Amino acid sequence: MDVLLLSRLQFAFTVAFHYLYPPLSIGLGVSLVVMEGLWLKTGNPVYHQMARFWTRVFALTFAIGVATGIVMEFEFGTNWASYSRFVGDVFGSALAAEGIFAFFLESGFLAILLFGWDKVGRKLHYFATWMVCLGAHFSAVWIVVANSWQQTPAGYRIEQTANGPRAVITDFWQMVFNPSSLDRLSHTLCGAWQAGAFLVISVSAFYLLRRRHETFAKASMKVGLGVALVASVLQIVTGHSSAVGVAENQPAKLAAFEGRYTTRDHAPLSLAGWIDEQQEDFAFNVEVPGMLSWLVHGNTAGVVRGLEEFKPEDRPPVNASFQFFHLMVAVGFGLLGLAGLGSWFCWRGTLFQHRWLLWLLVFAVLGPQLANQAGWFAAEVGRQPWIVYGELRTSDGLSAVVTSNLVLTSLVLFTVVYVLLFAVFAYLLNDKIHHGPDETDLIPSGALADHRRADA
Amino acid sequence: MTYPEWLDLNAVWFVLVGVLFTGYALLDGFDLGVGALHLFSRTDEQRRIMLNSIGPVWDGNEVWLVTGGGALFAAFPNVYATVFSGFYLAFVLLLVALIFRAVAIEFRSKQPMTWWRRMWDVGFAAGSLTSALLIGVAMGNIAWGVPIDDRGEFAGTFIGLLHPYALLLGVTTVALFMMHGAIYLVMKTEGELQNLARGWVNRAMIFFIICYAVTTMATLLYVPHMAERVRANPWLFSVALVNMLAIANIPREIHHGHDLRAFLSSCTAMIALMALFGLEMFPNLVLSNPVRANSLTIYNAASSPKTLGIMLTIAITGVPVVLAYTASIYWIFRGKVRLDKMSY
Repeated sequence: MDVLLLSRLQFAFTVAFHYLYPPLSIGLGVSLVVMEGLWLKTGNPVYHQMARFWTRVFALTFAIGVATGIVMEFEFGTNWASYSRFVGDVFGSALAAEGIFAFFLESGFLAILLFGWDKVGRKLHYFATWMVCLGAHFSAVWIVVANSWQQTPAGYRIEQTANGPRAVITDFWQMVFNPSSLDRLSHTLCGAWQAGAFLVISVSAFYLLRRRHETFAKASMKVGLGVALVASVLQIVTGHSSAVGVAENQPAKLAAFEGRYTTRDHAPLSLAGWIDEQQEDFAFNVEVPGMLSWLVHGNTAGVVRGLEEFKPEDRPPVNASFQFFHLMVAVGFGLLGLAGLGSWFCWRGTLFQHRWLLWLLVFAVLGPQLANQAGWFAAEVGRQPWIVYGELRTSDGLSAVVTSNLVLTSLVLFTVVYVLLFAVFAYLLNDKIHHGPDETDLIPSGALADHRRADA
Repeated sequence: MTYPEWLDLNAVWFVLVGVLFTGYALLDGFDLGVGALHLFSRTDEQRRIMLNSIGPVWDGNEVWLVTGGGALFAAFPNVYATVFSGFYLAFVLLLVALIFRAVAIEFRSKQPMTWWRRMWDVGFAAGSLTSALLIGVAMGNIAWGVPIDDRGEFAGTFIGLLHPYALLLGVTTVALFMMHGAIYLVMKTEGELQNLARGWVNRAMIFFIICYAVTTMATLLYVPHMAERVRANPWLFSVALVNMLAIANIPREIHHGHDLRAFLSSCTAMIALMALFGLEMFPNLVLSNPVRANSLTIYNAASSPKTLGIMLTIAITGVPVVLAYTASIYWIFRGKVRLDKMSY
């Protein structure tokens, strides 16, 4: 097998595995802020119990997120050295900013969040919870900014050097706020909030079905549904604005998402389909006439550009982009439906009697993961054949000195290690869920208890 | 922000990248040292205390490496690209070692089974030991010089990286981190485990001093370019002197029960060692051996002045805040380790 394919496989695999965890940390971080905030506000010990239990789950996802995150940073250098030389001037600053502004913040205050319950006052502890949550969000900011620059480069010029061309920064803020940064950041964060919220919902629904820890589960369910509903509604909004941005900045990518080969007005929106890339047409397709033009331009007469405008070597893999994109959209609407339905019944006070819905909610935890992964793959496959859109081809980004045997070795190694990690993660998470919240957490201990007494 | 013309931003970033990696060595150095000593402890409780002595801080300490890597990528992308792709297998192994170190801390005490705990004990120790060794081997290669072609690409092999001098520096790094970690443990523990740790300090120090003496001899004999600047500027010998005095001070402070001072002496010794390394390397980042002209320097491997300026602004804004809350967190978790229900 060739180095390009192996290197892409390895990066895709390591980033996909990593991407299971940070969205959970970001989403659980938001839930933790809500839970601990509710505890401080109401003094109801069940919120303290929730904060404690979900902090333990958070610690588990965070540890694997950290352990697998450093791999990506190293891979830019090990596998994509030519890419690193090309983008270092631009991309490197975003990565360094991520370290200084985000990673130090979250890892530092994580110590207090996890181990500080009995060492600091409750206000300082809550501050630490906020900082960890904020740090997790900041890390998303900088890495999405860096990735968005690859999608829609801005604020740079190309300079010739002895080692070939490289991108050099001309305007830092233009680089940071490149045309797709804000759309992609808001879309990614909503996906992360959904991931965390649906984990809380899923575990709570499971307890309710088993009639265990019911007070805890009902309270967790409400927090989870609240966050999930807000995130799922915003997700549709940010998804729409991302797609409009893609139509404007990366027309070949949008054409692949929708399987459009011809440029036309009154372009239909495909709901589901299968594309025959040889024939350059759908083998099967269900579509809504004029809908794509309407979504992109606000009127059905708008012209949507097709793949025919791009040379075959400049087109992304069409069917793969299409399927990933449509999977993401379908799951996204499904999650909105579930969050809406759950919230409606919760508001009516009948949710806990609808066992079928609770079962659906147990499995809904997979939804955000599926949608996040599919969305990420759609975004990155749709960017092909470019590693920096319009500037550097993926095949030109490889390390000059790394051979296929080396990459095969590392790919096998990472696969073995990650399979082991995933098995252990699943085992420990399952164990934590079966063990359930700690009844002794209903009584705050240590410094926190002292403060409560002092405040009372 | 704009910086004055006379300020050599490339040199500033040479120092700042050095500071980040020195910070990493000081902080994660004791984590890796504790990990390397882990299997020498006897009971489950001792092992839990050792894990929890670094529990709240190891993660923040590893961030120094992540940020150092990011800064190297941004400031000197050619070095980042050449070294990471050239040392491919070594870096992949380092990643795997760091992964095991990280997850072993998190996983180990989550289940009571003996086989489970033993498995992660070994993972933690092996991960820490391998990380320390590989970091030292990488340093050894940077000091010795690696084959670089005229396009600035690495022209050697993985086996070529494992020459005796590099391995010697690897072992020396393990010894140094073990000494550093043992002192940290004396500071964080009490009772029987503390006595055990005192014994480790003595043995690790002897181990380190032997390695250090051999490394110094080998450097003077076989790597003379790593002594050139000090030879030409005798006043720089004071840095080497500080290093030696700081090391000599460690057993004295331990003997008098001044654990924190012993730890600070160890930190001073490490800072002096890194300073010597930096002084001898400057302005090279990677020496090309045998063709010296192909070396990667702070000038031919750097990003544009604009990027170096932007990054300096980022560093000036961010680093003081980072240092402030890192210090507060160490302050909050000061004192001896006590196990409670949130512990590992």
